[in-house]
Amino acid sequence: MLLVVEIAVFWGINHDFLSPQNISNTLAFTVELGLIALAMTLLMTSGEFDLSVGSVFGFSPVLMWTLFNSGLTSLEAAFAVALVVAAFIGLVNGWFVTQLKIPSFLVTLGMLLVVRGTALFVTNGFPQRTWSAEGSWLAEALVGDFFIGPFRIYMSLFWFIAAAVALGYVLTQSRTGNWIQAAGGNPSAARARGVNVSGVKIGLFILSSILASLAGVISSLRTSAANPNSGTGYELEVIAMVVIGGTALTGGRGTIIGTVLGILILRVMRNGIVLIGVPGLAYNIFIGAIILGMMALHSWLERRHQAGT
Amino acid sequence: MVEPLIRMTNIRKSYGRVQALVDANFHVNEREIVGLLGDNGAGKSTLIKVLSGAVPLTSGDIFIRGKRVNLRSTSDAIAHGIETIYQDSALVTQLSIARNLFLGREPIKPPRFLNRMDQEAMNVVARDLLKQVGISKNIPPTTPIGSLSGGERQAVAIARAMHFDSDLIILDEPTNNLGVAETQGVLSFVRSARDSGHSCIFIAHNIHHVFQVVDRIVVMRRGKVVADDIDPKKTSVAEVERVITGMSDKEIHDALVERTKRHD
Repeated sequence: MLLVVEIAVFWGINHDFLSPQNISNTLAFTVELGLIALAMTLLMTSGEFDLSVGSVFGFSPVLMWTLFNSGLTSLEAAFAVALVVAAFIGLVNGWFVTQLKIPSFLVTLGMLLVVRGTALFVTNGFPQRTWSAEGSWLAEALVGDFFIGPFRIYMSLFWFIAAAVALGYVLTQSRTGNWIQAAGGNPSAARARGVNVSGVKIGLFILSSILASLAGVISSLRTSAANPNSGTGYELEVIAMVVIGGTALTGGRGTIIGTVLGILILRVMRNGIVLIGVPGLAYNIFIGAIILGMMALHSWLERRHQAGT
Repeated sequence: MVEPLIRMTNIRKSYGRVQALVDANFHVNEREIVGLLGDNGAGKSTLIKVLSGAVPLTSGDIFIRGKRVNLRSTSDAIAHGIETIYQDSALVTQLSIARNLFLGREPIKPPRFLNRMDQEAMNVVARDLLKQVGISKNIPPTTPIGSLSGGERQAVAIARAMHFDSDLIILDEPTNNLGVAETQGVLSFVRSARDSGHSCIFIAHNIHHVFQVVDRIVVMRRGKVVADDIDPKKTSVAEVERVITGMSDKEIHDALVERTKRHD
């Protein structure tokens, strides 16, 4: 509902909002952040969150291009290495949180600095030279584009849809989904039933890191840029998307459909606010205020729902 | 002699220099409800935690049907048929009744690699179990635990223990914070658990609740079992209270008088 109102308002003010070009551009970037938000939904349902995703988003393409440019590996191998390193980052996050019992806020904040610092150090702070990836099957598979009528569609949209369907299935239909919700809702009860709560959480930290890495690589292939600073602040935007989608910050409850709506609501808002002429430097004010407003609405609806039952 | 279901011998548990259990001996027979009583700090909770695998014992032995076992974790204890139901903590409030019942042992639909829960089968079993433990209201098995009352939650936890054929169900303060009708409900779930072949340990502050349902009362004081064969049918509440406090009638009277004086 909110999404429809939003689209109608922006379109009413600026008709370009629904132009094919604008839709194509918004969609291309939306799915990149969206991939991270999908994984974050599962992680947050299990009661944890990951602040290092933005830095992994920036670091992975830097690593991939550095390896490839140095002639050490092929592009495909560099891509695989980037994913494996991201998985390792997730593993370390998960290990610290579950084995050393340190809150995920602190662990992933530390990891954010380590990963971002590494990206800056390796590149001396400069963007990496990016080879035009055209013709590589990997680039085609990840960000190849084609036109449906006037709409330019990137392959990444299909990856996003596939990930949303797969993770939605995992969360609602699979045994793992039951464990994820139990791990977030009441970890000691889950543990008492023989659920490997730590294993579930570590797995989800790895998943969130890998999808952040994949999103970073997709973004760098699409824009032909690998900037060590890219992805800064994404972690908070992603968490906002997930929370707006109805996932509890405290764990135990979350939906993929909600997150998909949350992703669209926030991205459409960002895009619309720029198009209707809000000054660029002011637009975070609007985003922040609208997030607060939506959270208030959420909490009000929730309370009304609870009072009704 | 018939070997009891559970036998704990010379159990010691110390937390640093504090001795929580001092050579405690305890047993539960098959199809028996044992009431475990004692003042705060008497060692009941520690004994139960040892038996449910939540804390390791310092020394002593635990036997199940005569076989020595090593309970290192709660899942170990569950695997040995010992299920502990703590007030409110055994269930995930966000999940449905059926999903809670099967948590950790969800049936999988073929093909197995899809890891898909058989939700219809779970719901059918859950509906049956709810009827069995006597939840009279028509509650669908897809209802989240969060919208059930305290007594209904206890019933779901007991139903789970019954379904997975736990030999021993430990109920830690199951009637705390419950209304009169709900308490009666929980007590009848406990009886139906025994009638279907399970044993129970029942811990409650309210001695009257214990008297209504148990076959035998065990009393602990200062880390020891001081009485383990009190028949509730032949003993009065006052007598059991004396055993719990370790005081004679006169001592109890004197203590009360002393306290009243101090308050004046």
